[in-house]
Amino acid sequence: MPIDFVSLTNVIISGILTGLVYGLMALGLSVIFGIARVVNFAHGEMMTLAMYASVIAFSTFGLNPFIAVLPVAALFFVLGYAMQRWIVNPFVTRPEHSQFMLLLSIAIILMNGQLMLFGPDAQSVRLDSLLESIELGPLLIDRGKLYAALVAVGTTAALFGFFRFTRGGTAIRACADNWLGAKVVGLDVNQLYALAFGLGTLCVAVAGCMMILLIDLTPAIGPGYTLLAFVIVIVGGLGSMNGALLGGVLIGLSEALAGLLILPSAKSMFSFALLIVVLLLRPRGLLGGNR
Amino acid sequence: MNLLEVEKLGKSFRGLRAVSGVSFRVAENSIVALIGPNGAGKTTLFNLIAGALAPDSGIISFAGTRIDGLRPDQICASGIGRTFQIVKPFAGLSVLDNVIVGALQRSANIAAARACAEEILRKLGLESKRDLPAAALTLPDRKRLEVARALATKPKLLLLDEVMAGLRPAECDEVIGTLREVNKRDGVTILLIEHVMRAVMALAEQVIVLHHGEIIGQGAPAEVVRQPAVVASYLGDNSDL
Amino acid sequence: MNRRGSFLLALLAAALIALPAFADNYLLSVATLCLFFAYTGQAWNIMMGFAGQLSLGHALYLGVGGYTAGALYFHYGVSPWIGVWFAIFVCIALGAFLGALAFRSGISGVYFTLLTIAFAEFARIGFDHFTWVGGSAGLFLKVSQQNWLDLRGPPALYYYVMLMLAALAFGLSAWLLRRRPGYYWQAIRENEEAASALGIDTFRWKLVAVVTSAAMTAVSGVFLVFYYNNLFPEQIFSINRSVEIILAPIIGGMGTLFGPIIGAALISLLADGATELVDVLGWNIPGVKQIIYGLILFAVVVFLPHGIWPSIARKLNLER
Repeated sequence: MPIDFVSLTNVIISGILTGLVYGLMALGLSVIFGIARVVNFAHGEMMTLAMYASVIAFSTFGLNPFIAVLPVAALFFVLGYAMQRWIVNPFVTRPEHSQFMLLLSIAIILMNGQLMLFGPDAQSVRLDSLLESIELGPLLIDRGKLYAALVAVGTTAALFGFFRFTRGGTAIRACADNWLGAKVVGLDVNQLYALAFGLGTLCVAVAGCMMILLIDLTPAIGPGYTLLAFVIVIVGGLGSMNGALLGGVLIGLSEALAGLLILPSAKSMFSFALLIVVLLLRPRGLLGGNR
Repeated sequence: MNLLEVEKLGKSFRGLRAVSGVSFRVAENSIVALIGPNGAGKTTLFNLIAGALAPDSGIISFAGTRIDGLRPDQICASGIGRTFQIVKPFAGLSVLDNVIVGALQRSANIAAARACAEEILRKLGLESKRDLPAAALTLPDRKRLEVARALATKPKLLLLDEVMAGLRPAECDEVIGTLREVNKRDGVTILLIEHVMRAVMALAEQVIVLHHGEIIGQGAPAEVVRQPAVVASYLGDNSDL
Repeated sequence: MNRRGSFLLALLAAALIALPAFADNYLLSVATLCLFFAYTGQAWNIMMGFAGQLSLGHALYLGVGGYTAGALYFHYGVSPWIGVWFAIFVCIALGAFLGALAFRSGISGVYFTLLTIAFAEFARIGFDHFTWVGGSAGLFLKVSQQNWLDLRGPPALYYYVMLMLAALAFGLSAWLLRRRPGYYWQAIRENEEAASALGIDTFRWKLVAVVTSAAMTAVSGVFLVFYYNNLFPEQIFSINRSVEIILAPIIGGMGTLFGPIIGAALISLLADGATELVDVLGWNIPGVKQIIYGLILFAVVVFLPHGIWPSIARKLNLER
């Protein structure tokens, strides 16, 4: 089957745009896993929760996701902060597998809670304003994907800015680098870990609000996205925020290409194969530092 | 006969030379102490001998065979036992079970291992605590457990990493006594890292001084502690000996 | 285990053997499932509870084991009593591959767990496209007449098969725990570096744990395919299946002998109770059972991290 250049480029662009949203989701995990040191098995379920929130915002309040994203993100920041502070934090001193089980149980509760509340049927938010694709010469760019990607990039930039230029951000990075040292200089590490977690869930919430425009939502898709986030974070490099973004784009791209060139249903197989390869050859990931 | 021979050993970590050109011998049945300021490379040297790290250069021979580059478990099998500076007990297991794990290295079955383990616990004064979980022990007892576990593997050479740290003088003397016995009666050669000079002077026949990864003094204890380089880098002028 | 404990154990064994005489088919099926989780939980427990390697992808062996024996029966009429040995062989190879890959590369902790998940997911999608065994449409076994050679029969047959397996698993775990493998695995679990310094070849022993666990889980998979007569990649390799497997040992108590059994019993009881309650209340909402599992797991992890069994054993004074 001959593949023409235009189709290929369209698919590549689509993959990159989707990948940027994946990247934001993974960035959330990079912050949660890389900084707050929590193995968040509930990551995908948190995203689906945000997606349901935006569905409700749309159907009940008529707010489109680009507006709803603000209150949803704020809400998720608070929820994330609270969750880390009061539920997860005591587990820092416990054996690693305890933390896994805790997050796993939260994932199970979240996923099935969503199933009970919203039912198993697919839901989505389709905006009329996004129906028309943007034409760039012979290329066709999906408007929804473009805007979603822009929001993702914007949020990422804001996060980078926070970590680089603000006091709070620097404090969090210090805490992640050297917990004891941070304590010694008087930083409230519990507060900072909770803040970091909250920022992570904020990213997830924004990603979710954008995702609802791109895919169909059912409670069952959560675990797949948790895994995807881990794949991205590990491939891109733990502790590297650039890596999460790069990893997201890479995965988005490879999935799109695999879908085009091989079998659509087998595309996530490629992601897993990539994970296995990276884990075995370079566990630090493509851009990862020493962790 | 020299049980352990280390020849021009070197190890760097990303440009930092932790151990450089280190050569020394440990005679069979002797007790040798390794001293030096913090960061001198003593534990790195232990890790190199015990196989936890692979050397960048140099040769380590034990009882005539080269052992550099072997895995820690292979080195234990060849007859070297070690303790860790920060003790690593099997916290969820009982004191007795901890030592049985070590004893299984040489024993054919559990019964034999248990007998061997009980004997060693008795020797180190831990038998009253045999059924306690290792996590419940005080630090001095954990250190004793660490030694007991290593002894259970029936080593020919025992590497002790700061076993006296945190012990009171009376406890320290007890351990000194036990180590002397282990050396004289069971013929175990001992190489120990120590900061507690009381123990060094009481036990060591030979002292090696390490500083910035290099040996700056070697010899009998009484001589070494008077060497100017040693005094300058580590001991200071008013050392209570 | 003291005399009191041994007596209670004997009593339990007698009750279990006599059960089919008193129970109806429904109760038997619940009991069979309970024993299934006790058995599979024991298998998982060897790898995690004893050796400390957390696998959240154990469904991999369920599926590969099930498909191996299922395909042999479907295409060549091979009896499951023979097919199970092929399943075991294939899963041993698979476990050895996964373990060797992971441990040679020094992967541990969360990365190892992620690797196990990735393998299971890979298998799920792979088998979806594996048309020789039915692909995503599933593998369906002939439900022929009662023939215990082909593992077809009344519910009591499956019950006794599972009871036998659970008993064997219990015996094997007890035997291993009190001997060198048990000691070495626990040493590795507690502190791998110290274990290595005591002469334990940690690579080899971790591999043995993984392979043993894989082989045992393969048998579970074979049982499942002949019990339900069908197999779907989406179901058998699903992460839900992997999570189900670990619930019993974690809730009951990892690393203990009775933990997985008590956990399985508790979960079966609660799941059954929940289903009854849901029917009575007319709720019938999907997800109720799972959310109860999730809440129990949460409660156990937060309040009883060592599981339920150690507390019970202490209260009833059953250990030494």
